[in-house]
Amino acid sequence: MRRILSTALALALGGMVTGGTAFAQSPPPAPGGEAIGAPVPWGIDLQDPFGPIQAAIYDFNQLVLWIIVGITIFVAGLLAWVIWRYNADRNPVPSRVSHNTTLEIAWTVVPVLILLVIAIPSFRLIYYEDRARDPELTINVQGRQWYWHYGYPDNGNFTFDSYPIPEGELRPGQPRNLAVDNPLVIPVGADIRVLTTGHDVIHSFFVPSLGVQKYTIPGRTMETWMRADREGTFYGQCNQICGNNHWFMPIAVRAVPRAEFDAWVAQARTRFAEGKAPGWPERDQTTSVASITEPTVDSSGEVRR
Amino acid sequence: MAHAAHDTHHGHDDHNHAPGFVTRWFFSTNHKDIGSLYIIFAVVAAFLGVGLSMLMRLELQAPGMQFFADGQMWNVAVTAHGILMVFYVVMPALIGGFGNWFVPIMIGAPDMAFPRLNNISFWLLVPALGLTVASLFVGGTGTGWTLYPPLSDSQYQGGPGLDMALFGLHLAGASSILGAANFITTIFNMRAPGMTLHKMPLFVWAMLVTAFLLLLSVPVLGGAITMLITDRNFGTAFFKPEGGGDPVLFQHLFWFFGHPEVYIMILPAFGIVSHILSTFSRKPIFGYLGMAYAMVAIGVVGFVVWAHHMFTSGISVDTRAYFMAATMIIAVPTGIKIFSWIATMWGGSISFKTPMLFAVGFVFLFTVGGVTGVKLANASVDVILHNTYYVIAHFHYVLSLGAVFGIYAGFYYWIGKMSGYQYSETLGKIHFWLTFAGVNLTFFPMHFLGAQGMPRRYPDYPDAFAGWNLVASLGAYLSGISFLFFIYVVVDLYLKKRAAAANPWGEGATTLEWQVSSPPPFHTFDELPRIR
Repeated sequence: MRRILSTALALALGGMVTGGTAFAQSPPPAPGGEAIGAPVPWGIDLQDPFGPIQAAIYDFNQLVLWIIVGITIFVAGLLAWVIWRYNADRNPVPSRVSHNTTLEIAWTVVPVLILLVIAIPSFRLIYYEDRARDPELTINVQGRQWYWHYGYPDNGNFTFDSYPIPEGELRPGQPRNLAVDNPLVIPVGADIRVLTTGHDVIHSFFVPSLGVQKYTIPGRTMETWMRADREGTFYGQCNQICGNNHWFMPIAVRAVPRAEFDAWVAQARTRFAEGKAPGWPERDQTTSVASITEPTVDSSGEVRR
Repeated sequence: MAHAAHDTHHGHDDHNHAPGFVTRWFFSTNHKDIGSLYIIFAVVAAFLGVGLSMLMRLELQAPGMQFFADGQMWNVAVTAHGILMVFYVVMPALIGGFGNWFVPIMIGAPDMAFPRLNNISFWLLVPALGLTVASLFVGGTGTGWTLYPPLSDSQYQGGPGLDMALFGLHLAGASSILGAANFITTIFNMRAPGMTLHKMPLFVWAMLVTAFLLLLSVPVLGGAITMLITDRNFGTAFFKPEGGGDPVLFQHLFWFFGHPEVYIMILPAFGIVSHILSTFSRKPIFGYLGMAYAMVAIGVVGFVVWAHHMFTSGISVDTRAYFMAATMIIAVPTGIKIFSWIATMWGGSISFKTPMLFAVGFVFLFTVGGVTGVKLANASVDVILHNTYYVIAHFHYVLSLGAVFGIYAGFYYWIGKMSGYQYSETLGKIHFWLTFAGVNLTFFPMHFLGAQGMPRRYPDYPDAFAGWNLVASLGAYLSGISFLFFIYVVVDLYLKKRAAAANPWGEGATTLEWQVSSPPPFHTFDELPRIR
């Protein structure tokens, strides 16, 4: 029995070590061409970073991961030793020790020190993540049942809806449950201020490879920011339960060079004129406070429900 | 557990006669019988909760929608799984079951302070479960167990399903509050002569802290869901922005209850594991006072960390910094407990009976769940782990593998005492290994899924997540088999009727329940025991 137990622990340990080694792989070097920020089959690590926030999160995660893997191995090692050394066959007479002040102080103080090592970079990081100091562009993000509504207040305040592409209509290369008809387009390398508001229920704007997540809550406007350092498409999904199609309201952020972005904006302003994209939902008759709380005034002056 | 053969007359005592069946089980004022009712109740609810998790893993085994008609039906299932497991399995088993059975015996009290209140506590839980289960047939609750408005408003969750579940929670909450008052009164006032607070067994300490957490946190949930009920049905707007209300207020209220709630579920398991490690190592508990006050510290700090569930809900960055720091502090008393458990075994003469296997497994798995909690405490990285499967993995490691291992450990430790029959050691060990393998296979891959960004409460997912989901589903089936095997262990126990000795565990078992017969007489103590 004891042998079985130690074997199991050894296996568990082995698993964690292997996991740890694989965790330590740095993201793949950036080849030419477009980046794809998405989960990968059998992936065990954070998604590869394509912006400075996710890069900082990635590094910080490595630090914490190694510390917690170390602690787990240490505890498992102690348990394995105790199981092997102090089982009744090997140690028929138990000791009666039940106090050791030095030891008790040590296992109170050492964890505090470890926590400090974690907390200091973590505090720095949450303030970095909080908001862009000097954003180039502001984007309004609104979660709706069950699609996303984006607005560009700095560019004439055109707005459009972003719907998921049903499985039957996917083109080759478009990932199922991630691809959308109209991605959120941003310029590469620009700090983007993201203002989230709600419309019906709470959703969550979540793009892992850019290190950004914020709820979209009715009655509130909240700020966060993101930046993509490479051209590419960065996928995310709604991450707060929001009803029937919670699982089918993906997010795609497309980062393009500045010139391409400007061209897209010019075209989008006509195409999505006054926020009346073809996908405007007629079915959605629910009263909403979205228009009250929307941080910017619709340029057309039209009252948008 | 329903020891029908319990009324073996001990033949020496007029007070030892048990009343008739109806009086005994429906109007019970006996803490042991009520404890048994709670355990039976938890097992019944576990069939439903585990059954739902099997359905969920079937759906997630492969990409695409296979078994569920739509997302709403899925949401109803995940919500019911959560509510059932938290309120109707783990809490009744640990608090109502083992707490009722062993707190009075361990402190040398003849019964709970308010025996009839005790009975009310249990019988409130039956209609509560009834409402929750019935709600599944009238639309259910598709909000997740966190019930966040506006999704939980009548506009988005029409029909009586959610209201029934809310009334169920109210009844379960009333049951918990009454039970908590009962435990606190019992522990403070009914200890036998010589049983000072600092001599109290750790399980009793755990139950005392748990009872205080319940007493202080459950009323906050009661307030929150009352406002939700009036928002849904009577036109108020506590949480509706269009009426001046605030959806985030609900989140604060919910988690002001919800975070202590997770300690409510784990603290009794801490107590049980402490006793088992000490018993089977044949050593006293290492650092008894540190262990007791670590639980008190966890209970106190547990009340001021709630908003770490809301790091992406728009609370200000300074608030996030505070809640992050406060949350990480909880790792210190938790670390004290882990290391004291290991030190309890250190130098011992350990025999690995089934309860000990579950207890040692608990220490390891709780460590894994604990360290991932330290990572999640960091708002900086929680930005991309919040609401992902990383969180699912974390809380199942501390609850499904922590609290549930605590329940199994306590069951094997005490079933001989409770029923008078001893379990089969071979079957118990098989059960442990099946469960250990099953739950790890289920929940360890979820760390990977979460790191990769798989959101929770999804019936279908991008194809990249398929691999680890398949592994997790296979693990879940093994866990499901291990649960059925556990039922077989119980059936075997009652079929074989191996008589349990008063103290089957030897000199390491020092608490009072091992001084009385197995099962204990209907009235445990004719005379109050005296503690040296």
